[in-house]
Amino acid sequence: MRAANLSYTSREQVEVYRFSWPLSVGLPILLVGLQAFVPVRLHFFRIFDFGLLLTVFFAVSRRSQLSGLLTGAAIGLLQDCFTHTPFGVFGIAKTLVGYGASSIGIRIDVENPGSRFLLVFFFYGVHQAVVVAIERELMGQSVHLNLGHEAGAAVCNSVMAVFLFAYLNRFKIRI
Amino acid sequence: MNVLSRHKNTVVLTTVLLAQLLALAVQVKRQTAEGPVRVIRLVAVSSLAPFERLFIHTGESVRGVWANYIDLRNVRRENLRLKAESGQMRLDRAREQEDARQARRLQALLGFKEQWIDATVAAQVIGTSGSESSNLLYLDKGTKDGIRSDMPVITPDGIVGKVLTVYDETAQVLMISDPTSGVGATLANSRLKGIVNGTSGGELRLNYIMGDETVRPGEALVTSGGDRVFPKGLPIGTVVNVSMGRNLFLDIKLKPAVDLDRLEEVLIVTEQKPRAPDTTDLGSIGAADILAQHLPGVPASSVAPPQPSSAAAAPVTAHAEGSKPKPAAPVPAHGDASKPKPAVPAPAHAEGSKPKPAAGEGTPPQ
Repeated sequence: MRAANLSYTSREQVEVYRFSWPLSVGLPILLVGLQAFVPVRLHFFRIFDFGLLLTVFFAVSRRSQLSGLLTGAAIGLLQDCFTHTPFGVFGIAKTLVGYGASSIGIRIDVENPGSRFLLVFFFYGVHQAVVVAIERELMGQSVHLNLGHEAGAAVCNSVMAVFLFAYLNRFKIRI
Repeated sequence: MNVLSRHKNTVVLTTVLLAQLLALAVQVKRQTAEGPVRVIRLVAVSSLAPFERLFIHTGESVRGVWANYIDLRNVRRENLRLKAESGQMRLDRAREQEDARQARRLQALLGFKEQWIDATVAAQVIGTSGSESSNLLYLDKGTKDGIRSDMPVITPDGIVGKVLTVYDETAQVLMISDPTSGVGATLANSRLKGIVNGTSGGELRLNYIMGDETVRPGEALVTSGGDRVFPKGLPIGTVVNVSMGRNLFLDIKLKPAVDLDRLEEVLIVTEQKPRAPDTTDLGSIGAADILAQHLPGVPASSVAPPQPSSAAAAPVTAHAEGSKPKPAAPVPAHGDASKPKPAVPAPAHAEGSKPKPAAGEGTPPQ
């Protein structure tokens, strides 16, 4: 609300929402868990990063930078549990995404499917760039980005975000 | 009044306690049979594994019922095709058995010892890392089933990876397509050796083959045994593309022998033993064979035993006919009583009198 004067959004678009605790805690665990074992049967599922989608969704809905970065950190660390890489690779990336998404959520219309598509597309790129930077610079791995594949994955995640966000809208509680 | 504001102190206390617990879980390592494991990782895997197992097993049951129905419908046609295939395979098998006998005999001549797979445990794939940058699998077998870290994980088609971390009822497998994985490999035809690494995109590359070597697409790649994890000779994949890479090495892309994206069941190799090839069913080996092996340039007449009808003499004579001597041919007297025995019994079987192995290949793996 306070940022309304600085934003390009209508009054409706700067509404701040909250979510019930069971949803805030249960949904990331459910979706990150699904992401870990569904690809055993449906391999294409690996392309989706539900942790990222939830981080962006919670961040732009709550419109609080503190809340956004904490949510991102928690979801990222949860994802780190299922990899063999050191804790913090996804934690750091999603903390930055959460902070960035909540900052942008204050200023632009994030209720529109088009803007949600672009938002997720952009933050998917940011997320992958941060992950690659950590793996290369901090972990010393020789990681090469396949830009075509990453662009395809970004589009898939963005399309999924449009539908997922529309569904999750019903769980928003206006403050 | 909002529940949060009413219980503000409790919420703050819980949050602070949880944050500290999380920090502790990240730092503290719990001692398991396989060494220290971070508590947070242990809790995450242990709590999710039962659900994953339930999900997979329920799906398996449903699919099993449907698959049985479909299978019944196709079984007659399948049966006819398999019969035809079986006939062809019997012919192939007879020829390959002969080749295998010859190979084992040659290995015995060289005092060759290999790691043999003695025991395996079948396991079901119940999960992945859920991330494209970390190629991991979770299996439904753990320390309770005798699984230890660094055990090879294979399928009948080829290698999958190695066990990275083991929990009580779950094991984490690092797939060969992970960027941090490395497998000692040999090209099946040219016998060039390199290391197979994964890439961040989940592809396989053969590294450290010099740029002046010739590697052709389609050539098969097997494990070399040099990594001390995988037994020698297991299929890894085939070469799909070769180009000049950086640092004077070839950039060789591979197609894995196993479809790593669609794994459901795997075998964990729980026991390997160094063993010399079993030559008991191959008959004894003649001194002429050994001479032919170690002194390939010696004319046949000088190594052939005095008896002109000796079975051992035949292959040596055959070698001398060509301009280029070849390794010993099969002993034609495999347990056949009607044929004359070789003049000298095989000294190569005795440990003390083993001939020196050939450089590189013959070195027994540790």
